[in-house]
Amino acid sequence: MITIVDYGVGNLASIKNILKKIGAESVISADESVIAAADKLILPGVGAFDTCAEKLQQSGLQDILNKKALHEKIPVLGVCVGMQLLTDGSEEGKLPGLGWIRGRIVRFRQEDMPAGYKIPHMGWTEVELNKPSGLFKDMYEEPRFYFVHSYYPVPQEEKNVLLYAQYGKRFAAGMEQENIMGVQFHPEKSHKFGMKLLHNFVKNY
Amino acid sequence: MKRIRIIPVLLIRKDGLVKSVKFKNHKYVGDPINAVRIFNEKEVDEIVLLDISATSEKRPPLVERIREIASEAFMPLAYGGGITKIDEIKELITAGVEKVVLNTSAVDNPSLITEGANWVGSQSIVVSIDVKKNWLGKYRVFTNNGTRSTELDPTKFAQLAANAGAGEIFLNSIEKDGTFEGYDTTLIKQVSEAVDIPVVALGGAGSLEDFTTAIQHGASAAAAGSLFVFQRPHRAVLISYPLQKELRTKVYEQV
Repeated sequence: MITIVDYGVGNLASIKNILKKIGAESVISADESVIAAADKLILPGVGAFDTCAEKLQQSGLQDILNKKALHEKIPVLGVCVGMQLLTDGSEEGKLPGLGWIRGRIVRFRQEDMPAGYKIPHMGWTEVELNKPSGLFKDMYEEPRFYFVHSYYPVPQEEKNVLLYAQYGKRFAAGMEQENIMGVQFHPEKSHKFGMKLLHNFVKNY
Repeated sequence: MKRIRIIPVLLIRKDGLVKSVKFKNHKYVGDPINAVRIFNEKEVDEIVLLDISATSEKRPPLVERIREIASEAFMPLAYGGGITKIDEIKELITAGVEKVVLNTSAVDNPSLITEGANWVGSQSIVVSIDVKKNWLGKYRVFTNNGTRSTELDPTKFAQLAANAGAGEIFLNSIEKDGTFEGYDTTLIKQVSEAVDIPVVALGGAGSLEDFTTAIQHGASAAAAGSLFVFQRPHRAVLISYPLQKELRTKVYEQV
């Protein structure tokens, strides 16, 4: 069963809704035993990095999540701040991330932006794959996704960058390292493109 | 090429969708869920749903009804209407809404903006500002669905909202609403220059060229009501949205 990890943040209903739409059963849970039985995990997240990191710590789910991701190596998909949590930490906060993919989260800087590019980056943007991925198998042409963020990941190893996007500058908009992957955008709010990506996460991993 | 968000705005009154001219003469245009399904198929960038009878009826948002609509929306959905408490913001976000829109309560109780932003993040707190000129020709903020005037200047109020934690401003011209005459570009320019957060232009769009003009005057995104629910010249109800290639050539590549 696909388990959407409920550690007290995020719009979990949207992810469950779209999975239902594509015919995939899922469960939203904060229960350690349910997560222990999961065969795929989705880690959501929205808002500030430290708020999410703190809630994740308070949830007491970190040990079971580490076990599932690092030992059992089940597929894990992080979404938005849920993806950011996969790294070591963020410029935005002081708390550590899960550290599953080595790297940091950094902020867009207004001084690097051309005129008319306000922060946060909010809207639809096309993405460019950095490497082949099961998540993009048979993807529709010119895939575009809905982004809302001021921060983006910089993985230590470039080979872990799944895809890039452009907003004033080119930035990594997703990561994939073996069974652990994450996207900065919101597939659950990205029409057929998001449905395809989630369908691929369900079928190809 | 930069994609610009083009956003349909749907007004709910009682159980159905309506559309106004200058905030009056509401015409019934259909069922909300049906409209959201059509907009899904048309792959719209985002949807804004405003319950314009909530505040006048002094009632909170109809969360169950909104949850039902949100479950059909595979694009970002913003909801506004009758929100006065942080608990309502929490309920709406949990129900599947990405953004909540504050209008009357942003004026009456700006601390709600801050409370909401602290809980869910600024990106999900939108302050919508309805604007009309007073008899001296000065822009003033109106609340209660355009029926109550305040002494607030929209530029200063937008700054206040941004400082309080709003992540986005919906800037609506009451005098342009439903007219198809084009946006109030003077208003858009003044407010966009005054704040760092995105300003979404609303009120008066009659063509794709109007979207481009709004962006050229500083808006970060453009929204419209009548343009997406009516077919001119007789305001026959027809839900529509531009094709990607039209947006590309007439908007994205022009700004």
